[in-house]
Amino acid sequence: MSDGLQGPAPEERPRPEGRRNSQGIRIDPEVEAEPEPRRTTITALVENEPGVLSEVSDLFSRRQYNIESLTVGTTQNPEWSRVTVVVEEPDPNIEQIEKQLDKVVPVIHTRELGSDAVSRELVLVKMDADEPERVHAITEMYDGTTLDAGPRSVTVELTGSEREIDDALDALRQFDIREIARTGKTALARGETKTSIAPDRLK
Amino acid sequence: MSSERTIERDPDESAQPVTSGAESVVRALENASVDTVFGVQGGAIMPVYDALYDSPISHVTMAHEQGAAHAADAYGHVTGTPGICMATSGPGATNLVTGLADADMDSDPVVALTGQVPTEFVGSDAFQETDTTGVTRPITKENYFATDADSVGDTVGEAFAMAERGRQGPTLVDLPKDVTNADTDREPGSARLPDTYRPATEADPADVDAAAKAFADAERPVILAGGGVIKAEASDRVRDLAIENDVPVVTTMPGIGAFPEDHDLSLSWAGMHGTGYANLALTMSDCIFAVGTRFDDRLTGGVETFAPDAEIIHVDIDPAEISKNIQADHGLVGDASAVVRQFADALPRAPDTEEWVATCWTWKNDYPLEYSIDEDGPVKPQFVVEAVDAATDDDTLVTTGVGQHQMWAAQYWTFTEPRTWVSSHGLGTMGYGVPAAIGARYAAGDDQSVVCFDGDGSFLMTCQELTVAARENLDLTVFVLNNEFIGMVRQWQDGFFDGRRMASEYDWIPQFDVLAEAFGATGFRIDDYDEVEDTVEAALAADGPSVVDVHIDPEEDVYPMVPSGGDNGLFALAGDQL
Repeated sequence: MSDGLQGPAPEERPRPEGRRNSQGIRIDPEVEAEPEPRRTTITALVENEPGVLSEVSDLFSRRQYNIESLTVGTTQNPEWSRVTVVVEEPDPNIEQIEKQLDKVVPVIHTRELGSDAVSRELVLVKMDADEPERVHAITEMYDGTTLDAGPRSVTVELTGSEREIDDALDALRQFDIREIARTGKTALARGETKTSIAPDRLK
Repeated sequence: MSSERTIERDPDESAQPVTSGAESVVRALENASVDTVFGVQGGAIMPVYDALYDSPISHVTMAHEQGAAHAADAYGHVTGTPGICMATSGPGATNLVTGLADADMDSDPVVALTGQVPTEFVGSDAFQETDTTGVTRPITKENYFATDADSVGDTVGEAFAMAERGRQGPTLVDLPKDVTNADTDREPGSARLPDTYRPATEADPADVDAAAKAFADAERPVILAGGGVIKAEASDRVRDLAIENDVPVVTTMPGIGAFPEDHDLSLSWAGMHGTGYANLALTMSDCIFAVGTRFDDRLTGGVETFAPDAEIIHVDIDPAEISKNIQADHGLVGDASAVVRQFADALPRAPDTEEWVATCWTWKNDYPLEYSIDEDGPVKPQFVVEAVDAATDDDTLVTTGVGQHQMWAAQYWTFTEPRTWVSSHGLGTMGYGVPAAIGARYAAGDDQSVVCFDGDGSFLMTCQELTVAARENLDLTVFVLNNEFIGMVRQWQDGFFDGRRMASEYDWIPQFDVLAEAFGATGFRIDDYDEVEDTVEAALAADGPSVVDVHIDPEEDVYPMVPSGGDNGLFALAGDQL
C-alpha cells in the first residue's frame, strides 16, 4: 500500500450542517422522516407498436418498481392504447415512474390519476356449484352476473372498484373457489378532465 | 474539435438508384454524411456489406465486435455525431452488447446495425439467431426491428436522428436478411425523429428566474459541469458564466475538459478519486449549478452526505434525470447550451464569491495532487502521465481503459479542451482503451495526437484490436501502466478485504512490447525513470501504432479516495483513513 497524500485529516476539515435522506432529499436533521409508500394509479397513452408493453413492463422490473396491476387496451383511436398501472411506492419513485414512462418513445402522455378518478376492475370467479342459490344471491348483491352454471361449477363475473371486488371475493370464498382471473384496474379521469393529452401533431 | 465531414463521391459516378433494402440502409448512412463504419462481417449482415462495396463510406474491419462498438462510441464522443458499428446476427450482435451498454451509460451517440436471420426463421432458434432487440432494449436509447425493404432506410435514418438528438445515446437497427435482400426502389428520406419524441430546447423562464435568484444569493456557489456540457457544446457558455461571475467550477469525470483545468477557477473533478478540493467545495457549497450530470454514485458518494447544505439547480435535457438521484430544488429541462445562456441572462447580479473562492484556494493548497519519487525505485505511473502530457499538444485525444491507470490519467493530465478525454465512465469497461483509441484516431484531425493509457489487465481484454491499428497504420500510442495486478481491485482488497489479494495478481504476464511487435505495432519498454523521457518521445514519434510497456511501482495506489457510498468530505488521503 502506498503512502498516500498530504493534507489535513478528515476530522480536521470543515463539516456541513445539513443532511439528506436516502432519496437525496434535503431534510431537517431533527426530522428523520423517510417517505412512506402509497398506492396510486398511473395512466399512459401509448402508440400501438410492437414491443410497447414490453418496454413499459421492462422499465418497471429493471428499476425494481413494484407493479400491483397493469392493464392495456385500445382507445377511440385505433392507433393508440391506454395503459393503466397501479403501483405502491414512495413519492419520489412515483414521480420517477412517470418520468421514466414518458421517456419510452412510443408513450404519448402519462400522468398520475387523482383519487377521484373513475376506475373499475373485472374479475371472473369459478366455484363449486354445491349451493347455486346462495352463490346467485351473493353475486346479485355485488351486481355481478352468472356467466356459466353447470352441475358441478358456476362462473360469475363481477365488476367494481378494487375494494368492492376484494369484498365480493371474501364473501365468495365460502364456496370453494376453483379459479380466479382478475384484470387489474383500468381508469379514466372524472368528468371534463382529460385523462391524457396528445399533442396536435399526433391527432 | 468536431471535423466537418463530407463523403466524397467521384463526380462521374453519381449515386445509383437504390435497388434493395441493403442499399437503402447504406444510402441512409450516406445521407447522414457518415464517412466511416466499424464492424465485422458475417452471414446475416452480408447484404449490407455487399451494398457498402459500392459506397464511398469506408469500413474498418475490427478484430471483435466489442471493439467495433467501442470504436464507434469514441468516434461519436469525439465528433459529436453518431459513430456506426455493424455486426452479424447472434454472436456478432451479442458481442456488441458491452459497447452499447457503455455508450448508453455515457450518453455517447452510436448507431448499431445488426444482421438478423430471415424473418420467417425469427423465433425458431435458427442458426446464429438471438433476440437482438430484446437483448439490447435496456441498453439502447431506442432500437428497431426492420420489417420491410421499403421502410428500412427511413428506419436507419430515424435511428441516426435518435442517437444524435436530445440526450445522445446508442440506437440499434436489427436487419433480417430477407429485408436487406429484398427489392425496393424507395430512397430513404431525410433522417427524422419520431413524432412522439421532441426533446425540450429551452427551460421554463420562470424556473430559470427563480434558480438564477437563488444562485445570485448564494455565498458558496459552485458550477458542476457534467458530460452533458460537452455533449451539448456548452463548454464555452459554462466558461463565460464561471469567469464573468467568479464562481469555482467542479467537473464530473465525464465532464473533464468542459472547463480548462489550468484556469484559477477550476477545481478539477469530484467523486471517488476526484481532488480533495473539488469534493470539499461540493460538500460545503450552499448552491450548486449542476449541468448535464446524472449525479452518479461515483460522483456523489452516499447521497445522505452529498452537498447537504446546497440548494441544487439541475439542468438536464432528460427530464427523468431531474431528482432521480439527488433532489433538485430547481429543475431546468432543456439543451445545456440554451439553458446556460438563459441562466446567465437571468442572473440579477453576480454572487459575492470573493471569500469563497479564497477558501477554495486554501483547499487547493492543502490537498494538492502529488506523489513521491525515489529515482532508484520503480517508476511512478503519475510521472509517466505527466511526461506524456508535457510531450504532447493540448488537443491530444486521451483514451483509457478502466482501473487505476484511468484515475491517474484523469488526475495528472491537465485537460483544457472538451472532447479530448475519451474514457468509459458509467459502465467502467475494462478493455475500452485500445478500440477507443482506434475510433478516436478516425475522428481526430490530421494534426491531433491520440494516446491511450491502459492497465495490464484492461489491455489484455482488447489488445487484439492492435491488429487493426497496424493494418490501417494508425498513428496512436498506447502506454500500458503495467503493475502486474488488476490494480484497482488489489487496492480495494488491501483497503477493505484485509489485504487478501484473491485473483487480482497476475503470476505471469506477457511482454507487451514484444506482443505489440507480433501484432505489427512498434514496441517499447520502460523500467526506470531515466528511460521515460526518451522513450515517450520515441514512441510518440514512431509511425503507426506503438505500445510502451511501462513497468510501474506495483504497490502504488490511487488517492484521494472516497470509499463506495462514503462521505465526499471525508475523502481518504491514505489507506489508514479509509
